[in-house]
Amino acid sequence: MNRKTTLVLAGFVGLAVSGLASAADMHTQSIASTCMSCHGPGGKSQGAIPSLAGLEKDYFVKSMKDFKAGTRAASIMKRHANGYTDAEVEAMAAYFASLK
Amino acid sequence: MTINRRDFLKISGAGAAAAAFSGCASVSGSAARPHVVVVGAGFGGATCAKYLRKWGPDIDVTLIEPNDKFVSCPLSNWVLGGLRNMDDITHGYDRLPGHGIKMVKDYVVAIDVDKRVVKTQGGASIGYDRLVLAPGIEILTDTVRGFKEAEAAGKVVHAWKAGPQTAHLRKQLEAMPDGGTFVMSVPAAPYRCPPGPYERACMVAHYLKQAKPKSKIILLDGNPDIVSKKPLFMDAWNTFYPGMVDYRPNNAPLAVDGGKMTVSTEFDDVKGDVLNVVPKQRAGAVCDLVGARNDSNKAWCTVNLATFESTAAPNVHIIGDSVLSNLPKSGHMATNHAKVCAAAIVELLAGRQPDPIPVVANTCYSATSGSTSGYVANVFRYEAGKGYVSAPEGGATPKGDELNFTYNESWAKNIWAEVLS
Ligand SMILES: Cc1cc2nc3c(=O)[nH]c(=O)nc-3n(C[C@H](O)[C@H](O)[C@H](O)COP(=O)(O)OP(=O)(O)OC[C@H]3O[C@@H](n4cnc5c(N)ncnc54)[C@H](O)[C@@H]3O)c2cc1C
Repeated sequence: MNRKTTLVLAGFVGLAVSGLASAADMHTQSIASTCMSCHGPGGKSQGAIPSLAGLEKDYFVKSMKDFKAGTRAASIMKRHANGYTDAEVEAMAAYFASLK
Repeated sequence: MTINRRDFLKISGAGAAAAAFSGCASVSGSAARPHVVVVGAGFGGATCAKYLRKWGPDIDVTLIEPNDKFVSCPLSNWVLGGLRNMDDITHGYDRLPGHGIKMVKDYVVAIDVDKRVVKTQGGASIGYDRLVLAPGIEILTDTVRGFKEAEAAGKVVHAWKAGPQTAHLRKQLEAMPDGGTFVMSVPAAPYRCPPGPYERACMVAHYLKQAKPKSKIILLDGNPDIVSKKPLFMDAWNTFYPGMVDYRPNNAPLAVDGGKMTVSTEFDDVKGDVLNVVPKQRAGAVCDLVGARNDSNKAWCTVNLATFESTAAPNVHIIGDSVLSNLPKSGHMATNHAKVCAAAIVELLAGRQPDPIPVVANTCYSATSGSTSGYVANVFRYEAGKGYVSAPEGGATPKGDELNFTYNESWAKNIWAEVLS
């Protein structure tokens, strides 16, 4: 895990504890929130689009990597997965894993 | 109603200090709480208000909107196609106050940027530390001769803001005889929802194919070519509706006559049984109150794209369709503007540096028949000096299919929930 990810994750843990936004995790919260326009508020989806809330972190990371590489068939997710860095994917995975 | 900011400052005697350090003044009575006013509870404004409260629990948020209900443009073409009815695309605002958002049913008519006060039609003065304008579009009905008269007479609508005009256009289609002609015009870009006109042609074709199969559609496009998802729409027109859609590029509408039922272009007068003219658009009128329609055409608003703060008015942020950028004018994109803007405001009010590298994404599905859809999707990363740069692999599907139709339905439910609950 590179330094940037660690920082982002550290910020995220801070969030989970305090319930307040802090500077370090705002980028993660912001990019994770863009997922919610399709996957539903808090990552809870209605209908055919899968929910993201509570997904295992490793599963999320592997899915995004496979979408990027094209080794997992997808309708739309290859186009999205390519837009995020590995560090961002890790941070989003941790965030969604923490949502119930 | 509320104590306005100036009055509060007078009362508190903290005027100079508060003005120097934005974030100290408040209209809520407790001096420590900053106040953000959001104008317009559409895709952008409602989302921004919600995320301001989520990420800034110490911020007071007031959301001003004249309408009782949210009527969604996304899926409004489905109403024209008979796939949905008006109730399906109409939603209440009742869950927003649960986030601690103060809803004010009113319309903003004046803004004092120096004193940081908005004034409403209902006579309220509401102070702010930061202001977010999310008014959507103003439709330039003057740009098509005769449109206003034809619209007032109930002959011709644009239906480019979902609501009564959507229901009216559906009724006109229902009343059209078999063998009739539906004429639709598309304004020159930029306009709200690049693929929207072509999805509308598909949805109307879907309805006519079943109910009035001898009918025709003439699409008069003010652009040199199909603006968005061309392969998807061409495939749909050729496969599902062969011979029905007559597409005419470079045919900007100049005039409409609701008596003769014609749309005139520079080439000819095109006669139809139902006319749907979509005029050009510009940023919502409220943006003009602060001189924020400051692009070269005085139509759209230029902003700092990392914070969505207006380049014309300090402490005023503008999001959604009103913004001039390379990002598509979609409801989905408006929710993404809203989140980047909310995050930036939370940081600015806390005296911190906003995220210097925000990322936004667009996903826009279009239905091509009663059971197929396609999409366009892109991720855009902000780079200083460049603006939003499209990440590799973005793009559109060349063909609609059933799986994407189910995703399209799910997307609509989820984004409505994201905006309103
Ligand atoms: C036919 C059609 C189909 C579409 N399909 C899709 C789609 O499938 N997917 C997609 O992502 N997008 C779609 N769009 C685009 C989408 O509707 C817009 O991009 C989106 O509504 C823009 O959001 P906004 O917040 O900027 O404006 P809006 O959602 O229009 O909200 C603006 C709000 O501001 C209020 N307001 C205006 N002035 C004032 C004032 N002075 N004071 C107080 N309130 C004010 C208005 O009443 C309104 O509620 C479609 C559009 C159309 C026309």
